Amino acid sequence: MKLIFERSRPGLSCDLLPPCDVPKAGLFAPLRSAPPRLPELAEVDISRHYTALAGQAHGVNDGFYPLGSCTMKYNPRVNEEAAALPGFAGLHPLQPVETVQGALEVLCTAERLLCEITGMDAMSFQPAAGAHGEFTGLLLIKAYHTSRQDTVRRKILVPDAAHGTNPASATMAGYDVVSVPSDEKGCVDLDALRQAVGADTAGLMLTNPNTVGLFDENILEITRIIHEAGGLCYYDGANLNAVMGIVRPGDMGFDVVHLNLHKTFSTPHGCGGPGSGPVGCRQFLAPFLPGDQAVEQCGSYTLEQSTASIGRVKAFYGNFLVVVRALAYVLALGREGIPEAAQNAVLNANYLMSLLRERYDMAFTEGVMHEFVMTLERTKKETGVSAMDVAKAMLDYGIHPPTMYFPLIVHEALMVEPTETESRATLDEAARILLEILDKAEHDPEALHRAPERTPVGRPDEVGAARSPKLRYAFPVV
Amino acid sequence: MNTPAGLKYSKSHEWVQFLDDSTAFVGITDYAQDALGDLVFINLPEVGDTVVSGEVFTDVESVKAVSDVYCPVTGEVAEINEELLDNPALINEDPYGAWFVKVTGISDTEELLDADAYEAVCAEEEG
Repeated sequence: MKLIFERSRPGLSCDLLPPCDVPKAGLFAPLRSAPPRLPELAEVDISRHYTALAGQAHGVNDGFYPLGSCTMKYNPRVNEEAAALPGFAGLHPLQPVETVQGALEVLCTAERLLCEITGMDAMSFQPAAGAHGEFTGLLLIKAYHTSRQDTVRRKILVPDAAHGTNPASATMAGYDVVSVPSDEKGCVDLDALRQAVGADTAGLMLTNPNTVGLFDENILEITRIIHEAGGLCYYDGANLNAVMGIVRPGDMGFDVVHLNLHKTFSTPHGCGGPGSGPVGCRQFLAPFLPGDQAVEQCGSYTLEQSTASIGRVKAFYGNFLVVVRALAYVLALGREGIPEAAQNAVLNANYLMSLLRERYDMAFTEGVMHEFVMTLERTKKETGVSAMDVAKAMLDYGIHPPTMYFPLIVHEALMVEPTETESRATLDEAARILLEILDKAEHDPEALHRAPERTPVGRPDEVGAARSPKLRYAFPVV
Repeated sequence: MNTPAGLKYSKSHEWVQFLDDSTAFVGITDYAQDALGDLVFINLPEVGDTVVSGEVFTDVESVKAVSDVYCPVTGEVAEINEELLDNPALINEDPYGAWFVKVTGISDTEELLDADAYEAVCAEEEG
């Protein structure tokens, strides 16, 4: 399809504003020597362009989206209605606080409820998404050690199954990363962990349930080992959906937590974002939280920044309207609904796994929580059909593929997270399709190498995209 | 799987071709390139860098993931295969022709295997 620049025709414009009835004036010190090369289109053409673009994508509103580790749950419409209220949507971030009391109440209420869910004492909504939250959380850990003149702690421990963002965030925060191996059950190898800790340990980053969808039952021992070495424990909230309202990271021994509101708390996710990666912490870390904190004093709300704060990590208050959506979700589900959603997420994953495990090899089957990992290694050996081929074939059935080739400790991995959103009928249909694809792999593997054939885009040239990406429109030379 | 008899191999899937006792080409094996999938990017050290056996000396990126590459020998980088920087697919096409670096002054090596022993390691990994 055409790019918006290719649809541009000189002279077309939108009548968003009435005609100018005062003399035009330039800026005092124009920074540009020429006007920006913006596309010129009528409003109707812009609308059609973006509708057509949406038609080429697959979102959770189009169909099943079992993208492991991403919690692609449905985003209830009521969240959008709350976020669109003019009192929220029309705010300016520099308005006087007395005119934004409701918005500050949203931040305070969301902080209180999400702290209750995570077992933390304070929370900042500044970070814009998960990895940003990780980075911010690590800065809190660093600020804590530095405040104690404890500057020899250079190492962050990260399990080998961790999300790639964990070691990346630790590196960004200036730490050396030590990879801790998993045991045969897919959990942290305690002996290896004991050997890895020491006086140079700044902290540990962990998801629980972990990246293979298992709840690490040694979690209290893990966090104790880190604390006894003088380190702090960081909880990556990527997989909180499996345990929210049931187990709290704070009770597992974690000191810092980030949440992905766009995963667990049903705000838009993926290209539709923006995301939100709030960071919660225990009281002794609260003075280091970034930016301004909304606080309540005698029934009115104000913004405060601690003198020990690590400073802002994003302009103003983070992606505020995402917090509004998440708060709407938490309030709608309430004390009973939050754990029920987690239970159904775990039930759905185990149900779908049980429909598939006779014919698809599972990497792990004991203690599976909200997602499961299949390994297509045998299929690839026997038929030449890879995890990638199966994933591509799913697109032809209107299903978004699971996460592929992750975690790295499982070969030919497909990681499936159905979420609690899906009905039993959807799960039954997805299982039928996956088994049909496996039949095809056995009888007509070539067909799967060609898949997808019914989507707007077939197999993109991934090598070409990585090697010579075209990220800018090349304006024709006039 | 292709495992030429004249080369030495590391358990972490690199090959070494000795030109003499202290000079060798280093690359990754056919097994490694097949497991990684289509390679789209490669980092290489600089000429003059010291490499240490058993330590990461570069990384490769495939459509699946970024992976570390360990150096099977200790020495100094005398040459790098600049062609790979523009066309990492050469590693998929001809893993034993697509050497990464030429190392000179080799003073130490990892435990290196012959082709049969390396094939046994791969068979074990396959389960």
